[in-house]
Amino acid sequence: MKETKTLVKIQDLSASFFSIPVLKNIDLEIPIHKVVALIGPSGCGKSTFLRCLNRMHEEVSGAGIQGQVFLEGQNIYAPYIDPVLVRRKVGMVFQKPNPFPGLSIFDNVAVGLKLMGVKRKVLFERVENSLKQAALWDEVKDILKRQGTSLSGGQQQRLCIARTLAINPSVVLMDEPTSALDPISTARIEGLIRELKEKVTVIIVTHNMQQASRVSDKTAFLLSGELIEYGKTSQIFTNPSKGKTESYITGRFG
Amino acid sequence: MKAKQVIWSYSLGDRWRKWLNFFMLSCLFLLSVIAAVPFLFIIYYVFDKGVSAINWDFFTQLPKPPGEGGGGMSNALIGSAVVVGMASVVGIPWGMGMGVYLSEYKSTKTAKILRFVIDLLISAPSIVVGIFIYGLIVIRYGFSSYAGAAALLLIMLPVVARGTEEILKMIPNHIREAGLALGIPRWKVITRILIPSVLSMCVTVIMLAIARIAGETAPLLFTSLGNQYHIRSLSEPIATLPVQIYEFANTGFEQMEQQAWAGAMVLVFFVFFINFFTRLFLFFRKKDRVGFYSKMRK
Ligand SMILES: Nc1ncnc2c1ncn2[C@@H]1O[C@H](COP(=O)(O)OP(=O)(O)O)[C@@H](O)[C@H]1O
Ligand SMILES: [Mg+2]
Repeated sequence: MKETKTLVKIQDLSASFFSIPVLKNIDLEIPIHKVVALIGPSGCGKSTFLRCLNRMHEEVSGAGIQGQVFLEGQNIYAPYIDPVLVRRKVGMVFQKPNPFPGLSIFDNVAVGLKLMGVKRKVLFERVENSLKQAALWDEVKDILKRQGTSLSGGQQQRLCIARTLAINPSVVLMDEPTSALDPISTARIEGLIRELKEKVTVIIVTHNMQQASRVSDKTAFLLSGELIEYGKTSQIFTNPSKGKTESYITGRFG
Repeated sequence: MKAKQVIWSYSLGDRWRKWLNFFMLSCLFLLSVIAAVPFLFIIYYVFDKGVSAINWDFFTQLPKPPGEGGGGMSNALIGSAVVVGMASVVGIPWGMGMGVYLSEYKSTKTAKILRFVIDLLISAPSIVVGIFIYGLIVIRYGFSSYAGAAALLLIMLPVVARGTEEILKMIPNHIREAGLALGIPRWKVITRILIPSVLSMCVTVIMLAIARIAGETAPLLFTSLGNQYHIRSLSEPIATLPVQIYEFANTGFEQMEQQAWAGAMVLVFFVFFINFFTRLFLFFRKKDRVGFYSKMRK
């Protein structure tokens, strides 16, 4: 069997809100160029887990965190690491599409690059490439000056994906990216995710078991802040080794 | 069938509700009209009384002694511009900075204390601010533009700060998160994404604050005093429009009262023009705002 390289290594990660534990001693390894799905009932800590991986957790008041997260071998919680730089390597797509208000479609993608100091000459090219990667270019290439918020929900979410891809992250975190979208937009984004793993590693939270089995290579099941089971998606969905996992995916709780 | 009838027929209650609705709406309409009448009347009155004294001399000449005739209020116009300008140059960035702090670091202890102090300052009568600056600055250094500007600054700061805070608070949190998650430092998220997206509202707040301090009289009586002549130094007493209106209106000479009316009219129209140009600016800005970064494409 081919050995795959680990891109993100999570070691003994615990997180809390106002000293109430939300994640408990999580150990997980994310292989490079794969899609990893995170499933579990509401409130089990999936979003918190994702936000620990790009240091967004600490932006919330009352947040506490312990443990290590290694990205390409570097602990992102080392004291000398700037969270801003971590977030450029680990992008994030949110549940609700959130393009920047008042900015055009072009600017929504360009603003991150611009503020990073990308030269004007290459800016347009990079925006175009990102929009192409997000499978949005054909729909917006003639209306780049329109407001980003004028697009449909599904297009807005792809715009947010393009915005994230523009800064060249190695990991993209997606927190229920299709839960606010219609089935057709959902299918497009699922297709997109499968293509994206050529370039980036994707960690996706989903409530939709079919979606997890369609897009992911590996699946992790979280319950009350604990990692119950982690393995190949095909195996988790057909032959889970833990009873709790089986109950959850067959819809017996959650 | 029966159920349907019950739902769709007009009961007495429905008619009563419709009538009540109509009555309430009419009341509101009437009250709004009544509230607008004195406002329009003031404008008419000021215009009627003042327009006859408005001429080129009014804007270019110094006041003349009573009996001599003619003269203008150029010293007060320039003086007001200087004092209001000084207060604004300091007050707008400072106030907006405080507003940003209050909104983006709202749960810190400093923010809570600051908000309390600002609310006190907003509700303080402006004459109290004038007396405060009098005690703090004027007693030691005398009446001056600086003292006047300091008083106006103290009136302007809380207005701009609170206004900016309220505007920034309207931006949903997920927009901030989107910026942070892109690896944009917090201060750049605030200055380059949040503030531009609400710039038109910020400009409105700033303009209202300028209009407010441009008309303040009481605090200036204690700080910048007044002056018959043109400004020579910022550390001497300086004429301002509201104070000069106040003084001229009390002289008992008809010619001076005329000038006071003209001054009042200029003040009212100044506020008008501020509003007008704000809107004009925003109108044109809205057009190019969308292509702010897009312009880079040849
Ligand atoms: N900002 C917050 N402050 C306090 N508690 C929070 C906050 N956000 C989430 N929590 C709590 O943390 C737990 C995990 O939340 P979350 O990670 O959002 O779960 P999931 O995404 O799996 O639904 C929940 O019990 C929730 O109540
Ligand atoms: Mg969640």
